Amino acid sequence: MNDFSTLIGGIAGDGINEAGLTASRLLSRMGCSIYMYYDYPSLIRGGHNFSLIRACRSKVLAHTDALDVLIALNQETVEKHQHRLKESSFVIYDADKVRPEALAGKGCGLAVSSILKEAGAPAIMKNSCILGGYCKAVGIAWEVLEETLRKHMQKKLELNLLVARQGYEQTEGFCRIEDLISGGPGSSEASPPPRALLTGNQAISLGLIRAGLGAYVAYPMTPSSSVLDFMARYAGDFGLKVIHPESEIAVMLMALGFAYAGVMAAVGTSGGGFCLMTEGLSLAGMAELPVVVVMAQRAGPSTGLPTYTAQGDLHFVLHAGQGEFPRLVVAPGDADEAYIWSGRALNLAWRYQIPSIILSDKTLSESLYNFDGDLAGEVKEESLMLWDGNGRYKRYLQTENGVSPLAFPPQKGQAIKTDSYMHDQQGITSEDPGITREMIDKGRRKGQSLAREMEEYETVKVYGQISSRTALLFWGSNKGVCVEVAERLGLRAVQVLALSPFPEKKLIDALQGVERLLAVECNSTGQLAELAGCWGIKVDDRILKYDGRPFSLEELLHSLGGAAT
Amino acid sequence: MNPKQINPKDLASDAANTWCPGCGNFSILGAMRAVLAELDGEGYPLEDVVLVSGIGCHAKIVDYLNVNSFYSIHGRTIPVATAIKIANPDLKVICFSGDGDSLAEGLEHLIFAAKRNIDITLILHDNRVYGLTTGQYTPTSPSGFRGRSTPAGAVEPPLNPLEIMLSSGATYIARGYSHGIDQLQQLFKEAILHKGFSFVDVLQVCVSYHNLYESYNQWTYVVEDNDRSSFEQAEKIIRSWNYNRSDLPIPLGCFYQIDAPRFDQSFSSYRPGREERESKIEEILENFI
Repeated sequence: MNDFSTLIGGIAGDGINEAGLTASRLLSRMGCSIYMYYDYPSLIRGGHNFSLIRACRSKVLAHTDALDVLIALNQETVEKHQHRLKESSFVIYDADKVRPEALAGKGCGLAVSSILKEAGAPAIMKNSCILGGYCKAVGIAWEVLEETLRKHMQKKLELNLLVARQGYEQTEGFCRIEDLISGGPGSSEASPPPRALLTGNQAISLGLIRAGLGAYVAYPMTPSSSVLDFMARYAGDFGLKVIHPESEIAVMLMALGFAYAGVMAAVGTSGGGFCLMTEGLSLAGMAELPVVVVMAQRAGPSTGLPTYTAQGDLHFVLHAGQGEFPRLVVAPGDADEAYIWSGRALNLAWRYQIPSIILSDKTLSESLYNFDGDLAGEVKEESLMLWDGNGRYKRYLQTENGVSPLAFPPQKGQAIKTDSYMHDQQGITSEDPGITREMIDKGRRKGQSLAREMEEYETVKVYGQISSRTALLFWGSNKGVCVEVAERLGLRAVQVLALSPFPEKKLIDALQGVERLLAVECNSTGQLAELAGCWGIKVDDRILKYDGRPFSLEELLHSLGGAAT
Repeated sequence: MNPKQINPKDLASDAANTWCPGCGNFSILGAMRAVLAELDGEGYPLEDVVLVSGIGCHAKIVDYLNVNSFYSIHGRTIPVATAIKIANPDLKVICFSGDGDSLAEGLEHLIFAAKRNIDITLILHDNRVYGLTTGQYTPTSPSGFRGRSTPAGAVEPPLNPLEIMLSSGATYIARGYSHGIDQLQQLFKEAILHKGFSFVDVLQVCVSYHNLYESYNQWTYVVEDNDRSSFEQAEKIIRSWNYNRSDLPIPLGCFYQIDAPRFDQSFSSYRPGREERESKIEEILENFI
């Protein structure tokens, strides 16, 4: 065994996400690479929430169905997840809430309520108590837990430490995580230093900030809201203008106002909010105003499953907005790619004066990943192509690559004019057929320039057994599960990172020698498969999941006929 | 005229004017040109002005002025203007909007601009009809208005936009008439110089689809000696005509003006340099271990 899965379950309001985060930090300190999937329904209190943490010596980006440790804060958790337990699994449970009969002696109960009552601690501290028990059970030293709580616990630290210590002392040892993940006792392999744990949304936020973001505008919508939370929290540190206005319509228009005035802005939303943004998106296309859209998909149509995942909006973002205009659409597959491509999306939006869409989903946006801090320097703020100040400024000057130099008000003696109508080079409305053709051609040249630049980037990645004649084709958050399955089964795995401009040539190269191509997607039609088909790339089969939940490792292995090991 | 002052005529762009002869928009254009030229001579340079328009006949005004402009989409002047003001608080941002534009499609933004008391100005070209789409009723058309979409007469009563503005928190509220260009100039100048959200309703006559010159000439009057700081007085004046009847006096002038905290004041101008930002990111990553 070289990976280790833990599930923490309870009711909404128990702080399950936070408990999962703490468990992830503990495992990270033990030298593990972490992936945490957080599952919660659309309500504030009650309902079943769980965090699923997978720890591994090597990089891990997907969850498993099978568990090594189940932490149950209530009976429902046991009932819902008992089927995940293996012969060797261990259960830590709140003995005041869970009936142990069904567990057949596999676990250790902690009298959490009694411990809290004795310490005079509020109910939310049950997490600290049970995590104390968890540390003891899996062989994480008390000092590691204490250090973690001291670093991250903002409120009532000493009381939390007290109940955690009680939990630690009243639990029995089950295994030693160090032995499990380092290839057995006595292994001399040194653990790497622990790395930052970021959600996809936090990685997106940092990538944008690093690339020079000046403003973030959003209306809250799961699963994009945590970008707004992050930006608002750090607005003061980075001098960001963060606004939460009346609607997504206002959001998009504000971003375009910022762009006109020279402030790099991004917006964030999910499908429903993006519907409202599309009129502004089309304005960005016509007026050549740069904007970055963080589009975190959830299961639709309409309200759908607000807190669950899907990849159902690919064709929507590719075609959103009336008229034809160039756009960048990228779909990162993990936190590292989310960081790098968000920074790049902002750079490219401004270099080509276009909308850039970062297509995420609930799984990428809200799952927790180890972030490779060495990548931080890969994102840079770029200088803008500014007007040289000579002669009369023309906002829409015709140029070879279609990109006109930028100027922002105030400029003495100049009028900087931007326009939603078809316009001449000056930015004055025109309905002249010749000017119309010239301006549409300008847009096309910009799109071609963007496509040429995109050839410099790794927009298609190949993993697994490169010589295999069977390949998995995937995009976005399915990266983790597809790469791992391909490695296990000796398949080729091909990731498409850029969806617009479509990396046709790179994808064809990546698929050389493939005889059977399988698209793996979280939608019911195979939207990437259809897109690839438009470019003459035939997908033989589609493995589709559209129940709002991401593929687990076992599920995809099963779909491919491979044995879960 | 100050010899250093720009000639208002020099503010004209090369664009050909396509408004109908006799359109009330000419008065708004003329008044705005004069005010911008005057302000330029008084320490508010022209290049610091940004005009934002929606879509409709009114919106063409930005093409006719050789001034910074953002020709936006229907109903969406205010969010654009709000961001421009926050991006650069030194700019004077003026929205031109229509009654369909700001009171139908974009009403949410208008209410929020007032609620925020953002320091921008909105001039409402209130002709009480959709002109560019050839004559449909708008939110300020009187009930019974026979337009192309309401051939049997509009069933809904009109909104009183000034009443909405007063209750939403606008801090400068006025009404002008396209036949009173001196008054328009005075109101525009006051509105632009006012610190906070300024709303100027201009009864602007559409000669093609809703010609109200005769009615307005008969019924409009200028309110004088009112206490602009009194909410109660403003409410009374504003409610004395509700856009529905054509047999009541129509007050013109500034009805309300107060000082209040502004949304644009809540943003710090602090912006760390690249290195500072990068080290802050390192610090965040360290805290996220």
